[in-house]
Amino acid sequence: MPETAMTEAPVKAASGGNILQVRNLEAWYGESHILHGINFDVNAGEVVTLLGRNGAGKTTTLKSIMGIIGKRAGSIKFNNQEIIRATSDKIARMGIAFCPEERGIFSSLDVRENLLLPPVVRAGGLPLEQIFDLFPNLKERLNSQGTKLSGGEQQMLAIARILRTGASFLMLDEPTEGLAPVIIQQIGHTIARLKKEGFTILLVEQNFRFASTVADRYYVVEHGKIIDGFANAELAANMDKLHTYLGV
Amino acid sequence: MQALYAQLLVGLINGSFYALLSLGLAVIFGMLNIINFAHGALYMMGAFVAYFLLNLGGINYWWALLLAPIIVGIFGMILERTMLQWLTGLDHLYGLLLTFGIALIVQGVFQNYFGSSGLPYAIPDQLKGGMNLGFMFLPVYRGWVVIFSLVVCLATWFLIEKTRLGAYLRAATENPTLVRAFGINVPRMITLTYGLGVGLAALAGVLSAPINQVRPLMGADLIIVVFAVVVIGGMGSIMGSIITGFALGVIEGLTKYFYPEASNTVVFVLMVLVLLVKPTGLTGRAA
Repeated sequence: MPETAMTEAPVKAASGGNILQVRNLEAWYGESHILHGINFDVNAGEVVTLLGRNGAGKTTTLKSIMGIIGKRAGSIKFNNQEIIRATSDKIARMGIAFCPEERGIFSSLDVRENLLLPPVVRAGGLPLEQIFDLFPNLKERLNSQGTKLSGGEQQMLAIARILRTGASFLMLDEPTEGLAPVIIQQIGHTIARLKKEGFTILLVEQNFRFASTVADRYYVVEHGKIIDGFANAELAANMDKLHTYLGV
Repeated sequence: MQALYAQLLVGLINGSFYALLSLGLAVIFGMLNIINFAHGALYMMGAFVAYFLLNLGGINYWWALLLAPIIVGIFGMILERTMLQWLTGLDHLYGLLLTFGIALIVQGVFQNYFGSSGLPYAIPDQLKGGMNLGFMFLPVYRGWVVIFSLVVCLATWFLIEKTRLGAYLRAATENPTLVRAFGINVPRMITLTYGLGVGLAALAGVLSAPINQVRPLMGADLIIVVFAVVVIGGMGSIMGSIITGFALGVIEGLTKYFYPEASNTVVFVLMVLVLLVKPTGLTGRAA
C-alpha cells in the first residue's frame, strides 16, 4: 500500500474541461480531523468514483464540496470559482447537486412535493416527462408519502429530484447501498444515461463492481487522503491493489 | 339557555385567541425548535402597537390589523437574528430560558411606563352593536373575531400544508441542512417563519384590544393556557393547534356554565389526561 498521499490529481481524463478541482482539502467534524489534504479533479462529462472502506472520508469529501460540514480548509474550485467559503445554498445555485447516502426523503412531503422541492437553479434541468421516463415508478406514486416508497423507489426519487434543478454536476453518495440487484442495474442504466445527457457525476461507492459499469476514473480514499487513482481502462491491471485497498 | 349560548360565545372568542397564539407557537416550534415563551409578550405588543397607532398616529383599527403584525413581526425577526439564531442545536431549555427572559423584560418595560391597569381601545364603528339571533344576542365584534381568526388560521394552514413555500418549511423542519444544500436560504426562511409566528401573536393582540383592553400583562395571563393547548394538540402540529385551540375554548366556556369552579383548571386537567394517554399530544408525532 502506498505510504504517502497523492499531492497532485493523478489521472487526467482525455475529454472535457476541468469542472472541479480539489486541492489540500481538510475537514473536521467538531474536534475530529477527518480529511487530511484531499487532491483530485473532475472533468466535464465524466463519471468519477471515489472508492474506499467505511470511514475513509468519501462521504465527508462530498459533504465538504457541498459545504455542509462544520469546518473545511484548502481549495475547492468549481468552474474555476473558489467555493471553499461559500454556503451550501450558494454552492447549490452554482450548479452542484447532492444526493445523500441516507437519501433524505422528507416524510412530511408526498412524492410530488419531494420531487418538486429543490428549486430550479439554472436552465437545462430535465423536464418532468423525461424524469418519469427514467423512473416510471415515481409517476404512479406521486401522491404517496415520500417515506412510504420502497428503498429502491426512494433512491430513484432522491436522484430524480436533483435532475430537475439544472445542476450539471451531480454528487451521488452510495446510490446502490442496500438495494436489490435489479434496482442496482436500473440505477446503473440511469447513471449511464445521465452521462450521455451531459451530466458530470462524482460517485461514492464501496461496490466497485457496480462502479466499474459506469465510471471513467477512480480515486481511492483512505484515512482522509487520496492514495491512488486510475482510469477505468486500467481497472483490470489494478484489481489486486484495489482488493488490498478495499479489503475485499 | 341564554347563559349557555353566551358562555359558548365567550369560549369561541377565547378559542380564537388560543388558536392564533398556539398556531404561531406551533409554527415557531416546528421550524426553530424553540419553545417561545416570549409569545405572550409579543401578543401584548400587538395590542399596544394598535393602541399607539390609534392614539399617536390616528391610524384606525383596520390599518392596525395589518401594521401591528408587521411591526411586531419585524421586532421578532430582530430578536431571532440577534439572539435566537445562536441557540440552534442547543437543548430546548436554553431557548425557553432566553424567551422567558425576553418576555419578562418586555413586560417589565411596558409595566414601567403604563402600569398594570388596562388602556381602553374602542371597537371600530363598523363592528359596533349586535344582532339578535333569536336564541341569543351576538355582539358583532365578537362574531367578527371568531370568523376572522378562523379564516387566518385556515389561511396559515393552507400556506404551510398546501403551497411550495409550505413544503420548504416542512422539509426544513425535518432536515434543514439538506434543504439548504438544495439552494434554499434556510436561515432567512427561519427568520421569516419566526416573524410569521410573532405576527400571528400580534394579530391576536390587535383583535383582543377592544375586548380585553390593552394591558402589559395581558399576554402573561394567557400564555400558560396557550401552552397547555399546544401540549394537548401536539407540539408542532398546525391543524392540531387550530382545532385544539377552538375546542378548548368551547370546553372552557361550557365548564363555566355547568361547573364554574372548574373553569380555570379544566384545560390543565385535560392536558394531564392527554399526556397520560398520548404523550405526543392528540395530533403530534413522536420525535
